[in-house]
Amino acid sequence: MSNAPVDHGRRRFLTIATSVVGGVGAVGVAVPFIASWNPSEKAKQAGAAVTANISKLEPGQLIRVEWRGKPVWVVKRTPEMLETLTKVEPNLRDPGSEDPQQPDYAKNQHRSKKPELFVAVGICTHLGCSPTYKMNDFDAHVEGIASGFFCPCHGSTYDMAGRVFAGVPAPKNLMIPPYMLSENDTVLLIGADEGTV
Amino acid sequence: MFKNLMSWIEYRMPFMEKMNLHVMQYPAPKNFNFWYFFGSLAMLVLVNQILTGIWLTMNFEPSAERAFASVEYIMRDVDYGWLLRYMHSTGASAFFVVVYLHMLRGMMYGSYQKPRELLWIFGMLIFVVLMAEAFMGYLLPWGQMSFWGAQVIISIFGVIPGIGEDLTLWIRGDYVISGATLNRFFALHVIALPLVLVILVFLHIIALHEVGSNNPDGIDVKRPNDGQPVENNVSDKFTFHEYFTKGGKKIIVDAIPFHPYYTVKDIVGVVGFLLVFCGVIFFAPEGGGFLLEPPNFEPANPMKTPDHIAPVWYFTPFYAILRAVPDQLFGAIFMFLAIIFLALLPWLDRCPVRSMRYRSALHKWNLVNFCISFVVLGVLGVLPATPTYTLLAQIFSFTYFAFFGLLWLYSKNEKTKPLPVRLT
Repeated sequence: MSNAPVDHGRRRFLTIATSVVGGVGAVGVAVPFIASWNPSEKAKQAGAAVTANISKLEPGQLIRVEWRGKPVWVVKRTPEMLETLTKVEPNLRDPGSEDPQQPDYAKNQHRSKKPELFVAVGICTHLGCSPTYKMNDFDAHVEGIASGFFCPCHGSTYDMAGRVFAGVPAPKNLMIPPYMLSENDTVLLIGADEGTV
Repeated sequence: MFKNLMSWIEYRMPFMEKMNLHVMQYPAPKNFNFWYFFGSLAMLVLVNQILTGIWLTMNFEPSAERAFASVEYIMRDVDYGWLLRYMHSTGASAFFVVVYLHMLRGMMYGSYQKPRELLWIFGMLIFVVLMAEAFMGYLLPWGQMSFWGAQVIISIFGVIPGIGEDLTLWIRGDYVISGATLNRFFALHVIALPLVLVILVFLHIIALHEVGSNNPDGIDVKRPNDGQPVENNVSDKFTFHEYFTKGGKKIIVDAIPFHPYYTVKDIVGVVGFLLVFCGVIFFAPEGGGFLLEPPNFEPANPMKTPDHIAPVWYFTPFYAILRAVPDQLFGAIFMFLAIIFLALLPWLDRCPVRSMRYRSALHKWNLVNFCISFVVLGVLGVLPATPTYTLLAQIFSFTYFAFFGLLWLYSKNEKTKPLPVRLT
């Protein structure tokens, strides 16, 4: 035992230094635990583009295609449906699609490459439910409009271009995925477009 | 022989000493009514959940491919598997029934007031962890409602500006709810959260026994010992642990030992509870679609949302508040505020009188307002979001929050009745 007086400055320095080193160690150890919750490589790989045959799509018909585990809708809109797109505009939250919820080539009134062919991720921008396609019975949700999309979870409504109506919980228009069409418009590739291929 | 063993243990670990402190010589006010059943019942349900939960994991397979089928296997092929599963699924609802009543008891008798603020905070933490536990457990059967309910709840975190999207991706571990989500929820549901829950319950009881139990009159049973004898004091007949009398500095008035008096009384509560609990398990395990929802008998399908999704009944009051607000971010904020305001009750209520028995008529009506708002919101949360129901949800969300605002306003100078000197 040494009888030297306690050096408080030295003791404080050692206490702080030990705490800091220990704290850095604790943060370092936390990294693998937190990072292991990120999507695995396998999950990331599953995000590749998918194709769909649309040659037999009837006017007004909707088909669902799975892309990244999400439903992607493909609808062949009728001329009547396209006509209503102008009519509903005063009631929409973002009629001009200013929010970047679509590739540039879909930033138009019909939010698609070809006016009649509507491609969108069928996930409500509110809390992720999949809205229901209301063909000719949308009137109950928005008066005077024959067709649209209605989310059963919280009552959000979208028009036939996936544009959200004002005054509903959903904040944004439906997401339009990148996509491209084959030369004769029979095959649709979802998840990739001219810019990425 | 037995005595020798006990003293051998006692010398090395104060077992009887702690039993005396917390059970045999713990002074509990003599006037507990039936509202005081729900604390012990919550512990009973916790034990039920842990026990049946462990047994369910023996046959459950936590993978997107096998989860649904393994639950069916438990229900059909495992001996008494149906009973274990119904005990667990009914127990989840029973947990919330007793916890909600336990919380209402605290609100009626001002049990959150000084010095029981920390006790109340621990209780609120238990409530929040319990909600997380129930939510994650509900994903495990991998039915339609499991999947879409989880989708909605996880998406709530997506509204946080800036980090929301990445946060939901991190929670799910995939771009959508998938097997990765199921597996981590399973791990949290069976190991992490129960562990946290048990620790919090332990702290809740330690904090309770430090400040002592409140009672329907809201007055203290431990008072400074001024040397004056107290007439007709039932506590004189009993020995209480010296920890509570602080070596004679405090005198205990109108309190009785927890054991045998309240252990025996709680058994009456347990019998009543088990009558109802077993009734549900054996005759209505699906609870008319409220305890086990019909879409959950279909395996999860990420391509199709059920026509009407609603969370299980115990979440619906908060869910109705979420839906009532037209803005996504504010909806989520108000939903969390609904719980945070409850946790802040000890500071929102500025009245020195605890029990509603001696508080103003306004306070009693305000409590009635709270109960009605909570129940109506619960009902609206189950129903689809039509314009009328949304308007109603907005009105009752307002009255729910008005409870806290009004309480803060009137409690400062509230006209109260004189408190009794002794328990009634």
